[in-house]
Amino acid sequence: MVKKNNWKAWLYLAPVIILMAVFTFYPLINTIGISFLKNYNYLTATSDGFTFDNYGYVLGIVPKVYTSGGQTFYLYFTDVIQKALPNTLFITFVTVPISVLISLLISVGLNSIKWFKKFLQTIFFVPYVTNAIAVGMVFGVIFADKGLWNYIFQLGQQHWIDASKDGLPSDWGHAMFALCFYIIWHSLPFKILIFLSGLQNIDKQYYDAAKIDSAGRVKTFWKITVPLLSPQILYVMITSFIAAFKEYNSVIGLFGADNAGWYTGSHDLYTIVYYVYDCISDGNVQLGAAAAVMLFIIIMLFTAIQFWVSKKRVHY
Amino acid sequence: MEKSNDSTQPQELSFTWKALNKVGIKNKQQRQADRESDPVYQRIDTHAMTLVISQGRLSAKRLEKSQKVGKILAIIFTYVFLGVMSLIVLLPFYWMLITSLKSNTEIRSDVQTFWPRVVMWSNYVTVFKHFDFGTYLTNTLIVGVLSTIGTLITTIFAAFAFARLEFKGKNVLFAILLATMMIPGEMMVITNYITVANFGWLTSKTGAFTAMIVPFWISVFYIYLLRQNFLQIPNELYLAAKVDGKSDWEYLWKVMVPLSAPTLISIFILKLMGAWNSYVWPNLVADQQEWRLITNGLRQTAFVVEGTSDPDYGLQMAATVVVTVPLLLLFIFFRKYIMRGVGRAGIKG
Repeated sequence: MVKKNNWKAWLYLAPVIILMAVFTFYPLINTIGISFLKNYNYLTATSDGFTFDNYGYVLGIVPKVYTSGGQTFYLYFTDVIQKALPNTLFITFVTVPISVLISLLISVGLNSIKWFKKFLQTIFFVPYVTNAIAVGMVFGVIFADKGLWNYIFQLGQQHWIDASKDGLPSDWGHAMFALCFYIIWHSLPFKILIFLSGLQNIDKQYYDAAKIDSAGRVKTFWKITVPLLSPQILYVMITSFIAAFKEYNSVIGLFGADNAGWYTGSHDLYTIVYYVYDCISDGNVQLGAAAAVMLFIIIMLFTAIQFWVSKKRVHY
Repeated sequence: MEKSNDSTQPQELSFTWKALNKVGIKNKQQRQADRESDPVYQRIDTHAMTLVISQGRLSAKRLEKSQKVGKILAIIFTYVFLGVMSLIVLLPFYWMLITSLKSNTEIRSDVQTFWPRVVMWSNYVTVFKHFDFGTYLTNTLIVGVLSTIGTLITTIFAAFAFARLEFKGKNVLFAILLATMMIPGEMMVITNYITVANFGWLTSKTGAFTAMIVPFWISVFYIYLLRQNFLQIPNELYLAAKVDGKSDWEYLWKVMVPLSAPTLISIFILKLMGAWNSYVWPNLVADQQEWRLITNGLRQTAFVVEGTSDPDYGLQMAATVVVTVPLLLLFIFFRKYIMRGVGRAGIKG
């Protein structure tokens, strides 16, 4: 418009640019840098130089070497490669498709009904406004050995999340089931809201045309609803893939932070982000940085794949 | 009437039927019987033609009927499905409430009860003794409100610059900002933790609060949201303000901000909810009990049966209720703003 706005514009943008420089752009570069530093000490900002070993440690292919009493020990870290990474991938590939499908069905249902529409819509949104930690604790009670889940399905006293009295932890499968159930429950409202807003924008004429062609409900769903909703589906897929890769709060909510009597054995339900935060609190910042960079790459890769797929499948 | 063997003359036939129907209003079976007993009808030997007319007619009727039945069934099925799903959605809340009112022996008994046998209001009394709700609430509100106000200011400025002002590199800068939304926060957390440690913010309460507020004064998503809103304000208003001799600054605060009030309210509420729910960052920077925010307080308070390390679910759930209810109240009062703010995200694309 007017050229002299130039310096004024930068003035308006100054707070955002300064804050982002300090808390977004600098950290981004610095974290990548730290991930290549050997024995980085963040308090003194010193290190023993450049190395690729941090990635090796995180991936469990390079051993950490200790010498004590004339003996040398080789220690491989397996937490990420054996637990955090498989768990994260499992959570992502189980919870995302299931929750997308369920929320799609619920949204289509909500969009087709006349009575109680607003009311049901509000109910389905309630989990969104709850605290992931707080409701995680509620699911912890539901999945307790003498909890609602076991009672409803008459499963005796299965241990889903809490260790039993004699100290035996519940197994991975049970714990993971409870976790996935909770994650799906908690991720539905956002998806339903997005899908509903998309469905309301679909022209009714398409459905009339389908009716004239006497297409069945299932066919109409796959041939009309899904393609016309594909921008929203893509958006939801990308955001929920990213969210699932970063799953952490649900684990803390469900299993507790301090592992006091709740936790399912040593780090069985570790996720990548969980590992990153553990590294920060343990002072192994460079390992956390390496893991975070790897997470970043994984997320970028998946987002790119989804965009690539969407080029063929998404109809704008 | 001439009998027609020619199957290419349906007109005549339908004329015959009309005449037959004129005899009187009869029900379907009677009419059908009439037709069949009619000598004219009996003499018709045109398979193809009867197929076209009678079958077409019947199947249309049947189709309509079956469609009606199918529709009703589908509606019933939809309501049952939605009902069951909404029960699953609501059950944890119900369970949280009633568990918070149960005694620990009842919770740990073999038979689960869907209504407490003895209503234990005392759980709440005990919780307020263990769980420093007042401190956590104050901390959360201070952090929440201050970070929200900061966010609103930076967001309004940035959205204004992106929506209304022209400058070199505008689109590139906006694209860069949007791209940062895809970067996982964990990349930043590590360095930010070091940064705030170097700023000396981890050693005092004010410092910890600053560390929980200042880094959250920016939100690219809200800048995007508000920019979209600002863009919808017609250009004519801006030009009119210019003619009136109003500066950009005045225009922003007197016209754009009031017109975008709904979006700003959405941002305010969502941001406040964010502070209420934030766990990870406060957990790192506020390591003293009296600095904690509500969620950290909730997860880190041990609700155990007196003298043991067994969790007391009744107390735990009472504390959870205390943490959840303010959010639900916020949702009840600001439902429209919250749902609109969140839903806006999906309309792009």
